Amino acid sequence: MLTYALPLSAALFAIGTLGVVVRRNAIVMFLCIELQLNAVNLAFVALSRQVGIEGQLFVFFVMTVAAAEAAVGLAIIIAVFRHQRTVQVDRFNLLRW
Amino acid sequence: MTDVLFVLFAVVALGGAAGVVLGRSPVASLLFMVATLASVAGIFVLLEAHFLAAVQVMVYAGAIMVLFLFVIMLLNLGHDYRADLKFGLWSLLALSVSGLTGGLLWTFLADPVPAGALGGAAASAIDAAVAEKGAVGAIADPLFTDYVVAFELTGLLLLVAIVAAVVLAKPRSGEEQEC
Repeated sequence: MLTYALPLSAALFAIGTLGVVVRRNAIVMFLCIELQLNAVNLAFVALSRQVGIEGQLFVFFVMTVAAAEAAVGLAIIIAVFRHQRTVQVDRFNLLRW
Repeated sequence: MTDVLFVLFAVVALGGAAGVVLGRSPVASLLFMVATLASVAGIFVLLEAHFLAAVQVMVYAGAIMVLFLFVIMLLNLGHDYRADLKFGLWSLLALSVSGLTGGLLWTFLADPVPAGALGGAAASAIDAAVAEKGAVGAIADPLFTDYVVAFELTGLLLLVAIVAAVVLAKPRSGEEQEC
Protein backbone atom coordinates (compact mmCIF):
# COMPACT_ATOMS: atom_id res chain seq x y z
CA MET A 1 0.00 0.00 0.00
CA LEU A 2 2.93 2.30 0.73
CA THR A 3 4.11 1.86 -2.83
CA TYR A 4 0.74 3.15 -4.05
CA ALA A 5 0.52 6.01 -1.52
CA LEU A 6 3.61 7.70 -2.94
CA PRO A 7 2.44 7.72 -6.60
CA LEU A 8 -0.94 8.97 -5.33
CA SER A 9 0.88 11.80 -3.59
CA ALA A 10 2.75 12.59 -6.83
CA ALA A 11 -0.53 12.64 -8.78
CA LEU A 12 -2.20 14.95 -6.25
CA PHE A 13 0.80 17.30 -6.36
CA ALA A 14 0.68 17.37 -10.17
CA ILE A 15 -3.06 18.17 -10.16
CA GLY A 16 -2.38 20.96 -7.65
CA THR A 17 0.34 22.39 -9.90
CA LEU A 18 -2.02 22.20 -12.87
CA GLY A 19 -4.65 24.11 -10.91
CA VAL A 20 -2.26 26.89 -9.86
CA VAL A 21 -1.17 27.43 -13.46
CA VAL A 22 -4.53 27.09 -15.18
CA ARG A 23 -6.98 28.97 -12.93
CA ARG A 24 -7.44 32.73 -12.70
CA ASN A 25 -9.48 32.89 -9.50
CA ALA A 26 -7.06 33.74 -6.67
CA ILE A 27 -9.02 31.76 -4.07
CA VAL A 28 -9.05 28.62 -6.21
CA MET A 29 -5.31 29.06 -6.79
CA PHE A 30 -4.88 29.12 -3.01
CA LEU A 31 -6.96 25.96 -2.72
CA CYS A 32 -4.67 24.27 -5.24
CA ILE A 33 -1.62 25.31 -3.21
CA GLU A 34 -3.26 23.68 -0.19
CA LEU A 35 -3.72 20.59 -2.35
CA GLN A 36 0.01 20.55 -3.09
CA LEU A 37 0.84 20.88 0.61
CA ASN A 38 -1.53 18.02 1.35
CA ALA A 39 0.13 15.82 -1.27
CA VAL A 40 3.47 16.46 0.45
CA ASN A 41 1.87 15.55 3.79
CA LEU A 42 0.72 12.26 2.31
CA ALA A 43 4.25 11.49 1.14
CA PHE A 44 5.63 12.35 4.59
CA VAL A 45 3.16 10.06 6.37
CA ALA A 46 3.75 7.21 3.92
CA LEU A 47 7.53 7.49 4.27
CA SER A 48 7.29 7.68 8.07
CA ARG A 49 6.46 3.97 7.95
CA GLN A 50 9.95 3.46 6.58
CA VAL A 51 12.05 6.22 8.11
CA GLY A 52 10.54 6.86 11.54
CA ILE A 53 8.09 8.99 13.51
CA GLU A 54 9.81 12.22 12.33
CA GLY A 55 7.79 12.05 9.13
CA GLN A 56 4.58 12.48 11.11
CA LEU A 57 6.09 15.37 13.12
CA PHE A 58 6.96 17.19 9.92
CA VAL A 59 3.35 16.87 8.78
CA PHE A 60 2.44 18.72 11.96
CA PHE A 61 4.77 21.60 11.04
CA VAL A 62 3.56 21.64 7.43
CA MET A 63 -0.02 21.99 8.67
CA THR A 64 0.98 24.96 10.85
CA VAL A 65 2.69 26.66 7.93
CA ALA A 66 -0.36 25.97 5.76
CA ALA A 67 -2.63 27.61 8.32
CA ALA A 68 -0.38 30.68 8.55
CA GLU A 69 -0.12 30.86 4.76
CA ALA A 70 -3.91 30.64 4.36
CA ALA A 71 -4.50 33.40 6.91
CA VAL A 72 -1.98 35.83 5.38
CA GLY A 73 -2.90 34.96 1.78
CA LEU A 74 -6.62 35.44 2.33
CA ALA A 75 -5.92 38.76 4.08
CA ILE A 76 -3.93 39.85 1.01
CA ILE A 77 -6.82 38.76 -1.24
CA ILE A 78 -9.26 40.83 0.85
CA ALA A 79 -6.93 43.85 0.72
CA VAL A 80 -6.56 43.58 -3.07
CA PHE A 81 -10.30 43.00 -3.55
CA ARG A 82 -10.94 46.27 -1.75
CA HIS A 83 -9.11 48.15 -4.51
CA GLN A 84 -9.83 46.06 -7.60
CA ARG A 85 -13.34 44.69 -6.83
CA THR A 86 -12.30 41.31 -8.23
CA VAL A 87 -10.20 38.26 -7.36
CA GLN A 88 -9.29 37.36 -10.95
CA VAL A 89 -5.50 37.50 -10.96
CA ASP A 90 -5.24 38.76 -14.54
CA ARG A 91 -7.06 41.94 -13.44
CA PHE A 92 -4.54 42.61 -10.67
CA ASN A 93 -2.31 45.46 -11.79
CA LEU A 94 -1.29 46.99 -8.47
CA LEU A 95 2.41 46.71 -9.19
CA ARG A 96 2.17 47.58 -12.89
CA TRP A 97 3.29 51.07 -13.89
CA MET B 1 -9.92 -4.99 3.04
CA THR B 2 -7.34 -2.21 3.49
CA ASP B 3 -6.49 -2.41 -0.20
CA VAL B 4 -10.13 -1.94 -1.16
CA LEU B 5 -10.42 1.02 1.22
CA PHE B 6 -7.18 2.48 -0.11
CA VAL B 7 -8.41 2.31 -3.71
CA LEU B 8 -11.72 3.89 -2.67
CA PHE B 9 -10.01 6.76 -0.81
CA ALA B 10 -7.50 7.26 -3.62
CA VAL B 11 -10.26 7.49 -6.25
CA VAL B 12 -12.21 10.00 -4.12
CA ALA B 13 -9.04 12.02 -3.48
CA LEU B 14 -8.10 12.19 -7.17
CA GLY B 15 -11.68 12.93 -8.24
CA GLY B 16 -11.95 15.67 -5.64
CA ALA B 17 -8.63 17.14 -6.78
CA ALA B 18 -9.86 17.19 -10.39
CA GLY B 19 -13.06 18.84 -9.14
CA VAL B 20 -11.05 21.56 -7.40
CA VAL B 21 -9.31 22.44 -10.66
CA LEU B 22 -12.41 22.17 -12.86
CA GLY B 23 -15.11 23.47 -10.48
CA ARG B 24 -16.90 26.49 -11.92
CA SER B 25 -17.84 28.22 -8.69
CA PRO B 26 -15.29 28.76 -5.89
CA VAL B 27 -17.72 27.15 -3.43
CA ALA B 28 -17.88 23.97 -5.56
CA SER B 29 -14.08 23.87 -5.70
CA LEU B 30 -13.97 24.24 -1.93
CA LEU B 31 -16.41 21.40 -1.31
CA PHE B 32 -14.43 19.13 -3.66
CA MET B 33 -11.36 20.10 -1.65
CA VAL B 34 -13.08 19.03 1.58
CA ALA B 35 -13.80 15.62 -0.01
CA THR B 36 -10.13 15.31 -1.00
CA LEU B 37 -8.92 16.25 2.47
CA ALA B 38 -11.31 13.79 4.14
CA SER B 39 -10.17 10.90 1.94
CA VAL B 40 -6.50 11.79 2.49
CA ALA B 41 -7.34 11.61 6.22
CA GLY B 42 -8.73 8.13 5.56
CA ILE B 43 -5.45 7.15 3.90
CA PHE B 44 -3.63 8.51 6.98
CA VAL B 45 -5.69 6.09 9.09
CA LEU B 46 -4.73 3.22 6.76
CA LEU B 47 -1.08 4.24 7.22
CA GLU B 48 -1.54 4.02 11.03
CA ALA B 49 -1.26 7.80 11.59
CA HIS B 50 -4.47 8.14 13.57
CA PHE B 51 -3.66 11.41 15.35
CA LEU B 52 -2.71 13.12 12.09
CA ALA B 53 -5.95 11.90 10.51
CA ALA B 54 -7.93 13.55 13.31
CA VAL B 55 -5.87 16.76 13.02
CA GLN B 56 -6.35 16.72 9.25
CA VAL B 57 -10.13 16.58 9.59
CA MET B 58 -10.34 19.15 12.41
CA VAL B 59 -7.72 21.70 11.35
CA TYR B 60 -7.66 21.34 7.57
CA ALA B 61 -11.16 20.28 6.57
CA GLY B 62 -12.64 22.15 9.52
CA ALA B 63 -10.81 25.36 10.30
CA ILE B 64 -8.85 26.27 7.17
CA MET B 65 -11.62 25.39 4.72
CA VAL B 66 -14.14 27.38 6.82
CA LEU B 67 -11.71 30.31 6.65
CA PHE B 68 -11.75 30.04 2.85
CA LEU B 69 -15.54 29.79 2.86
CA PHE B 70 -15.81 32.88 5.06
CA VAL B 71 -13.68 34.86 2.62
CA ILE B 72 -15.74 33.65 -0.37
CA MET B 73 -18.94 34.72 1.40
CA LEU B 74 -17.44 37.98 2.66
CA LEU B 75 -16.39 38.98 -0.85
CA ASN B 76 -19.68 37.64 -2.26
CA LEU B 77 -18.00 35.37 -4.82
CA GLY B 78 -20.38 32.43 -4.41
CA HIS B 79 -22.11 33.04 -7.74
CA ASP B 80 -18.96 33.89 -9.66
CA TYR B 81 -19.63 31.54 -12.56
CA ARG B 82 -17.38 33.13 -15.16
CA ALA B 83 -15.22 30.50 -16.79
CA ASP B 84 -11.74 31.35 -15.59
CA LEU B 85 -9.78 28.45 -17.00
CA LYS B 86 -6.98 29.61 -19.23
CA PHE B 87 -7.08 27.74 -22.53
CA GLY B 88 -4.87 27.47 -25.60
CA LEU B 89 -1.17 27.92 -25.04
CA TRP B 90 -1.74 28.21 -21.30
CA SER B 91 -3.30 24.78 -20.92
CA LEU B 92 -0.50 23.27 -23.00
CA LEU B 93 2.06 24.90 -20.72
CA ALA B 94 0.13 23.84 -17.62
CA LEU B 95 -0.18 20.23 -18.77
CA SER B 96 3.52 20.02 -19.56
CA VAL B 97 4.51 21.63 -16.24
CA SER B 98 2.31 19.40 -14.14
CA GLY B 99 3.14 16.33 -16.23
CA LEU B 100 6.84 16.95 -15.75
CA THR B 101 6.40 17.54 -12.01
CA GLY B 102 4.21 14.49 -11.57
CA GLY B 103 6.41 12.25 -13.69
CA LEU B 104 9.53 13.36 -11.87
CA LEU B 105 7.95 12.76 -8.47
CA TRP B 106 6.56 9.46 -9.66
CA THR B 107 9.99 8.13 -10.66
CA PHE B 108 11.57 9.40 -7.45
CA LEU B 109 8.84 8.18 -5.13
CA ALA B 110 7.75 4.90 -6.73
CA ASP B 111 11.18 3.35 -7.29
CA PRO B 112 13.13 2.98 -4.05
CA VAL B 113 10.35 1.73 -1.78
CA PRO B 114 10.23 -2.01 -1.22
CA ALA B 115 6.79 -3.57 -1.21
CA GLY B 116 6.87 -4.84 2.38
CA ALA B 117 7.89 -1.50 3.89
CA LEU B 118 4.75 -1.28 6.00
CA GLY B 119 6.23 -3.97 8.25
CA GLY B 120 9.80 -2.57 8.35
CA ALA B 121 11.86 -1.72 11.44
CA ALA B 122 10.72 1.92 11.59
CA ALA B 123 7.10 0.85 11.19
CA SER B 124 7.29 -1.60 14.07
CA ALA B 125 9.01 1.08 16.20
CA ILE B 126 6.10 3.44 15.51
CA ASP B 127 3.58 0.71 16.29
CA ALA B 128 5.37 -0.05 19.57
CA ALA B 129 5.37 3.65 20.54
CA VAL B 130 1.66 3.93 19.72
CA ALA B 131 0.90 0.83 21.77
CA GLU B 132 2.92 2.17 24.71
CA LYS B 133 1.98 5.86 24.79
CA GLY B 134 -1.15 6.08 22.67
CA ALA B 135 -1.62 7.75 19.29
CA VAL B 136 -1.15 11.27 20.69
CA GLY B 137 1.72 10.45 23.03
CA ALA B 138 3.74 8.76 20.30
CA ILE B 139 3.88 12.08 18.43
CA ALA B 140 3.92 14.39 21.46
CA ASP B 141 6.95 12.74 23.05
CA PRO B 142 9.50 13.60 20.33
CA LEU B 143 7.67 16.87 19.60
CA PHE B 144 8.26 18.19 23.13
CA THR B 145 11.78 16.80 23.56
CA ASP B 146 13.86 16.64 20.38
CA TYR B 147 11.86 19.16 18.34
CA VAL B 148 10.76 21.57 21.05
CA VAL B 149 12.60 24.55 19.51
CA ALA B 150 10.86 24.03 16.16
CA PHE B 151 7.57 23.65 18.00
CA GLU B 152 8.00 26.96 19.83
CA LEU B 153 9.01 28.62 16.56
CA THR B 154 5.75 27.47 14.94
CA GLY B 155 3.94 29.24 17.80
CA LEU B 156 5.87 32.42 16.93
CA LEU B 157 5.03 31.89 13.24
CA LEU B 158 1.32 31.68 14.03
CA LEU B 159 1.51 34.87 16.12
CA VAL B 160 3.22 36.73 13.27
CA ALA B 161 0.63 35.37 10.82
CA ILE B 162 -2.27 36.55 13.00
CA VAL B 163 -0.82 40.06 13.36
CA ALA B 164 -0.07 40.22 9.63
CA ALA B 165 -3.57 39.05 8.69
CA VAL B 166 -5.20 41.67 10.94
CA VAL B 167 -2.96 44.47 9.64
CA LEU B 168 -3.49 43.49 5.98
CA ALA B 169 -7.24 42.94 6.12
CA LYS B 170 -8.03 46.04 8.19
CA PRO B 171 -8.99 49.06 6.06
CA ARG B 172 -6.62 51.97 6.53
CA SER B 173 -8.02 55.00 8.34
CA GLY B 174 -9.62 57.40 5.88
CA GLU B 175 -10.44 54.64 3.42
CA GLU B 176 -14.14 54.04 2.83
CA GLN B 177 -15.44 50.76 4.27
CA GLU B 178 -17.31 48.97 1.52
CA CYS B 179 -16.64 45.32 2.18
